[in-house]
Amino acid sequence: MQQSNGYIITFSVILTVVLGLLLSGTSQVLGPIQKKAQDLDNKKQILGAVMAPEDLRAMSPEEVLEYYESRIASKVVDIEGNEVEKDSEGNSIVAESVDVGKNYKKSPEDRLYPIFIYHEEGNEDAVDSYILPVYGAGLWDEIWGYLALQTDLNTVEGVTFSHKGETPGLGARITENNVQARYQGKKIFDESGELRAVIMQKGEGKDYDGEEHKVDGLSGATITANGVNDMLKNYISYYESYIEKKKSGNSTEVAVLN
Amino acid sequence: MSTETAQAEVKKSSEALLSKRRKKLISDPLVDDNPITIQVLGICSALAVTTQMQPTLVMAISVIFVIVMANLTISLLRNTIPSRVRIIVQLAVVATLVTLVNEVLKAFAFDMYKELSVFVGLIITNCIVMGRLEAFALGNKPYDAILDGFGSALGYSWIILAVAFFRELLGSGSVFGVAIYEPISGLFGEDFSLATNGLMVSPVGAFIILGLIIWVQRTKTGYVEH
Repeated sequence: MQQSNGYIITFSVILTVVLGLLLSGTSQVLGPIQKKAQDLDNKKQILGAVMAPEDLRAMSPEEVLEYYESRIASKVVDIEGNEVEKDSEGNSIVAESVDVGKNYKKSPEDRLYPIFIYHEEGNEDAVDSYILPVYGAGLWDEIWGYLALQTDLNTVEGVTFSHKGETPGLGARITENNVQARYQGKKIFDESGELRAVIMQKGEGKDYDGEEHKVDGLSGATITANGVNDMLKNYISYYESYIEKKKSGNSTEVAVLN
Repeated sequence: MSTETAQAEVKKSSEALLSKRRKKLISDPLVDDNPITIQVLGICSALAVTTQMQPTLVMAISVIFVIVMANLTISLLRNTIPSRVRIIVQLAVVATLVTLVNEVLKAFAFDMYKELSVFVGLIITNCIVMGRLEAFALGNKPYDAILDGFGSALGYSWIILAVAFFRELLGSGSVFGVAIYEPISGLFGEDFSLATNGLMVSPVGAFIILGLIIWVQRTKTGYVEH
């Protein structure tokens, strides 16, 4: 069939408009639901740093949100460790909506650093642990996660890592529970208070039980492991002033808990 | 499949709703004219998403939806589509459907959305989709086009599910996320453990499994490439 140019153009225009309307309509309708799903996913990751994975998996989405609401308080600090409540335009900042990945593109001094405080139910002062977001580069794409510190702000309570495109079976193993469990109980500062972070070692299968700053590595995923190491070290250093402040200024808080 | 046939039975048509010819539309692509093993189309996604059963199932359902709906749409429009721009029209329809699937996954199955990420988008470039539109939907009635699309998509689905079954079992020691290796090795005492095969979680593993499936199938059907 040979059609006229006018027909082809009219057909294309109508098709484009119909498909365009369909797509924008769907995105309008699904937008709020997607936002909720993303929010839930985010909160699950935060809680994953302090909760056992099987407990978290057993919870329904509503329970997760409720639990998050009652157990997590959040704030945002700058590189100096000072709390930031309003942005330059005077809008209040919510820690949950700070995009760590977007902030990563700014220089460290200009970034916002959210902190999630896991506390006992109904009592924000009875802190269980501090959860800090971390972000960095793996082998192929971005990696990110959450590092939970105990109230001494030194001992690692737990970690969660996620990635966008690490190699399945190799680098992607950073999301596995048995890999993340290796970080539990490790220390990020040495006895003199120097930042050491926790470093994943080369090779796999060794026992680093007695070593406070080392964890077993990922065989075949050295670059991803290095990415994780850099990510942790960088972000702990960005939060260091906050940690220092917390340690020196708020000794009462720690005393109450211990 | 049951919903498809149920719908089909409601409609009235001069030809039997599931006549021999129409049954062949569905059954041919399953084995004799399988899009993956015989036509060797859609290999890329068959390699990429098949490390685990669950995402593979979601992928299979998505592909079934896209092919059936695209075939239906193109078949309904077949007399109005200007032939000079038909490829781009097909592409626009397929891209729209795929975006819809992606949006729905993002809203209702966020974990799957994260896992499949770019591969859902890549359904657009899945040669099976465009191939069916060009070869069948443009020249056939809507109901036949639905059957044809469904058959092809099913042929694609069972192959990727089979590949995923072996890759997950051998590579991760589980099926649908349920651990299989652990309880088995538990039977033989503390020191015994079944090793998972790392090759199976990399795309190479998919090539090997796929090659074996094609080999077995062609040995049985006696199919020879011309």
